[in-house]
Amino acid sequence: MKLLFEIGNKNRKLDLMPECDVPVADIDDKYKRKKELRLPNVSETEISRHYTKLSRRSFGVNCGFYPLGSCTMKYNPKINDEMAKLPGFADIHPLQPADTVQGCLKVYKLAEEYLCSITGMDAMDFQPAAGAHGEFTGLKLIWAYHRDRNDTGRDKIIVPDSAHGTNPASAAMAGFTVINIPSTEEGFVDVNALRNAVGEDTAGFMLTNPNTIGLFEEHIHEITSIVHEAGGLTYYDGANLNAIMGIARPGDMGFDVVHLNLHKTFSTPHGGGGPGSGPVGCKKHLIPYLPTPRIVERDGILAFDEKSDKSIGRVKSFYGNFLVVVRALAYMMTLGAEGLKNASENAVLNANYMLHMLKDTFDIPFGNGRCMHEFVISLERLKKEKSVSALDFAKTLLDCGIHPPTMYFPLIVHEALMVEPTETETRETLDEVIAFFKELYERAYNDPDSLHGTPLTTPIGRPDEVGAARNPRLRYYSD
Amino acid sequence: MGTYVPNTRDEQQLMLEAIGLSSMDDLFSTIPKEVRLNASLDIPKGMSEMEVSVKMRKIAGMNKVYDTVFRGCGAYRHYIPAIVKQVTSKEEFITAYTPYQAEISQGILQSIFEYQTMICELTGMQVSNASVYDGATAAAEAVIMSREKSRKKALVSATVNPMTIETIRTYLDGTDMEMAIIPEKDGLTDIEGLMSMLGDDTACVLIQQPNFYGLLEDGDAVGGILAGTDIKYIMSCNPISLGILKTPAEYGADIAVGEGQPLGIGLSFGGPYLGFMAATEKLMRRLPGRIVGETTDSQGRRAFVLTLQAREQHIRREKASSNICSNQALCAMTAAVYLAAMGREGLAQAAKLSMSKAHYLADRLCEIDGYELVYKGEFFNEFVTTVNTDADKVLDILSEHGILGGYPLDGKHKGCLLWCATEVNTREEIDNMVRILKDIK
Repeated sequence: MKLLFEIGNKNRKLDLMPECDVPVADIDDKYKRKKELRLPNVSETEISRHYTKLSRRSFGVNCGFYPLGSCTMKYNPKINDEMAKLPGFADIHPLQPADTVQGCLKVYKLAEEYLCSITGMDAMDFQPAAGAHGEFTGLKLIWAYHRDRNDTGRDKIIVPDSAHGTNPASAAMAGFTVINIPSTEEGFVDVNALRNAVGEDTAGFMLTNPNTIGLFEEHIHEITSIVHEAGGLTYYDGANLNAIMGIARPGDMGFDVVHLNLHKTFSTPHGGGGPGSGPVGCKKHLIPYLPTPRIVERDGILAFDEKSDKSIGRVKSFYGNFLVVVRALAYMMTLGAEGLKNASENAVLNANYMLHMLKDTFDIPFGNGRCMHEFVISLERLKKEKSVSALDFAKTLLDCGIHPPTMYFPLIVHEALMVEPTETETRETLDEVIAFFKELYERAYNDPDSLHGTPLTTPIGRPDEVGAARNPRLRYYSD
Repeated sequence: MGTYVPNTRDEQQLMLEAIGLSSMDDLFSTIPKEVRLNASLDIPKGMSEMEVSVKMRKIAGMNKVYDTVFRGCGAYRHYIPAIVKQVTSKEEFITAYTPYQAEISQGILQSIFEYQTMICELTGMQVSNASVYDGATAAAEAVIMSREKSRKKALVSATVNPMTIETIRTYLDGTDMEMAIIPEKDGLTDIEGLMSMLGDDTACVLIQQPNFYGLLEDGDAVGGILAGTDIKYIMSCNPISLGILKTPAEYGADIAVGEGQPLGIGLSFGGPYLGFMAATEKLMRRLPGRIVGETTDSQGRRAFVLTLQAREQHIRREKASSNICSNQALCAMTAAVYLAAMGREGLAQAAKLSMSKAHYLADRLCEIDGYELVYKGEFFNEFVTTVNTDADKVLDILSEHGILGGYPLDGKHKGCLLWCATEVNTREEIDNMVRILKDIK
């Protein structure tokens, strides 16, 4: 398919702006660009068709089943998008005076209230623009807390080896050294390893619960206590919150700070890779360190409070991905307390249903036939016996019109496929997918070669990724 | 309560029975009792879609949408072509995940590849990433990119947007890098001051063009000083201005960053916005975040993929160059559609119009006694003036007329206003506002 740069013609353009109605200003030549600006020269017709073609080569939640473990690809309600388009939200300048943006401040305040209730935290900040950004912010809260108490020897963050890559990356970025601890054979945090790893240099410990294998860490109280006793703080990665809304709360498990992924648990759309929103929540003792500005209420009026000498400062400009928070708020208003719990219950039901129907065919090494909102299949045996890898299996699923599960994560499972159906799928869809999976498994055993060159029905086949990295072509060149 | 769970209670019950359980509660048997929540969440009851719509509209109604905006400071009201909103409303784009499965994501990947190409053209640089959260974090990531074993000091001009400076400060706090502020002189980066601060430990110099006050910096002077050194020249730029202004590449910059919000993204009360990052080929592997590359499939068909992933967190974990996972994909696509719709001529026109309106606004404001330009240098579409009375009083009166006036500065410029004009401001609006201001005693 052609690029925008390869279609069009030199003088094609749109007629978007009027003539200048004031004297035309000019500047000194030394400030002007001499380098030609080569943007596409296309008409509106061509733009419209181009992006329609691109949309047909994309796969949204509206296209089919999207069981990406750890991503929570639940249905994105359209009412949320409609609310985000209201001029009263979309056309507001971030530097308007506080009395003209009471509605915006209320959105943040309400979202904070609801999310604190869901997580058991005492405050929530919406500046972080994504999950990893929230992790970085939360870790900086931990850093600021220890520094404030002159406990500067605490420079280690402990992370289980099953953690998402952003966990250690965020810790490193926040200035910590990362200590990885192994998981047990059952896939849980090795409590003894944790006990041996904590010490006077422990700043904190990061965990997601349910963990990245989709199992609830039953020893969670012991885990958080061990870290606290050693003087460290505990960080909750909220990526898997969809399993426990209204059922359990990180605040009750002994966590000091959390981040949430609004684009996962709270139904805001993924946008093809963003924008998301990764608010940070914390207990009272960490509130002084939250990013500035905070929103405060004085005599019924909401305002920004810039005063905070203990704050870690800003993690980005303005106040966060506001329109994403609008969507999440609309979602929480729609579901309410009962609906949020219902969502989690059905997320876990759907996952267990799929697991139950697949466990006699596939190796599901952890959980003993049960899981929370996601489960991990291992195709290690298939790989050994028939040379069919998780990648081969996933690529063949594409020919079935299904987005594959998450591949090769967590690292502690070999040839992993992590399945998370979410609560918004119908039973029929689940039954259909279960049938596909079983059929494919059959095929993999009887005709393994037929899974090696897939997909065959998509716009392209497997791309040469090695070549792409070896000889990077990262932009179009007309010559 | 509203719900998006399609299965009815009966269907759910059947599913429970199919897996040998009798109630939803059984699903959570592995959660220890002391951790189980025994009360409902303290959140109001769920509502029907219609009720949510009414409630949210009421909240939106508490905000004031100004008819006329003369304020910038990092968020700009530009004209957004209708095709931009149309394209970015397509469900396949909105609800898609990150394009890790290239075979079914060529649409998203190609749109990012086109975006990357456009950012390179705009900035003159050779490589662009798929975007980061916003202009401030882009600047912070660029500063971190410039770190060397013996070079850990970032020099940042005092004329850079204060929010960008604060963000960089937060990012560097607790790491082995530090930041020093290059003083300003007459609203511009003090070049002599900069020269006295350079050393063998300097990692980078960051200036903003146009700067926070709207003034055009002597980017050539900075480029001249840094040429031939190992110090990275980082320029934060306004993407609309690059329709006519000299590119960071032409100034000799190593890294170009900036806030992409003016490229088709509405004001949005500050987010989501778009951080663009582009660099010389030499620095390609230091760029954080996602990058799309072109390759072929086994049949020789053109194929786009996420590439150079060995830099990223999911592979390198604690050794990754940055923790960043997502990009602002839909915002990047918005910018691409905007730039395609505008084209070279349209962008140059938007830039010329913005500049012309701002200069006309400045001329007319200065006709009023007590209003004068605080700085005399050349500017793009923002400038600072004194005011002949209390700045807040002026802004309140303008607000009553549906006008958002210049931004009230603080500190040494307390009492002054930082004005902005773009192509959407008409001569009539400007004349009208000046009339109102003239009447204020």
